[in-house]
Amino acid sequence: MIPIAVNVALSVVGLSMLLCAYRAIRGPTLPDRIVAFDAWVSNLIAVVVLLTMRDRIAFGMDLVLVIAILGFLGTMAVAKYLKGGDIFA
Amino acid sequence: MREILVLTFLAIGTFFLLLGSWGLIRLPDVLCRMHATTKSTTFGACGLLLALALDAGWSEAGFKSLLAVVFLLLTAPVGAHMIARAAYRGRVPLADQTTIDELKPVYETLGFWTEDKRGPGEVIYRSEDLQ
Repeated sequence: MIPIAVNVALSVVGLSMLLCAYRAIRGPTLPDRIVAFDAWVSNLIAVVVLLTMRDRIAFGMDLVLVIAILGFLGTMAVAKYLKGGDIFA
Repeated sequence: MREILVLTFLAIGTFFLLLGSWGLIRLPDVLCRMHATTKSTTFGACGLLLALALDAGWSEAGFKSLLAVVFLLLTAPVGAHMIARAAYRGRVPLADQTTIDELKPVYETLGFWTEDKRGPGEVIYRSEDLQ
């Protein structure tokens, strides 16, 4: 029962990633794209979690932690660029 | 019993992820879109991580997924707050349905929005760019 549910959840999360990618490409302003990127990273974490549940990948949770840290750093860097034009200030 | 719990957390997490992305498509404004996505996608990812923690049990993957839940709950509000502040200071146009903007007189009093005090990287968007 759980593998079927994981497969269904994978397809739904893939649809959700497509919606986020639409907003990131189409989005009229730069903050729209950053918000869409943030939501897309959350969906990517969900995909890695579901693949770990299905296939028992040994390094899946390390992958999740690295993706979470990189997504947060990317969001923060673009937000600081948008605010003042200087990332490392 | 554990299987029922895992399936429940899977359903909740997937539903909230799809709901957040649907709000990202449907809502008219940057701040509205952020209001839709930031909470619900974080909640959905945390639901899926809790499902994996229940499924894996007392193992390395379970504890790492709990650690990832803590990390997501700590960092998501910080990132959302920084994006919202940067977007508002960059004068992203609000939706037409906006009725009250309490921060605007504060910013005008503090002088953030006068033309000569604008920062070097701040972008001014026109309201017809919103669609």
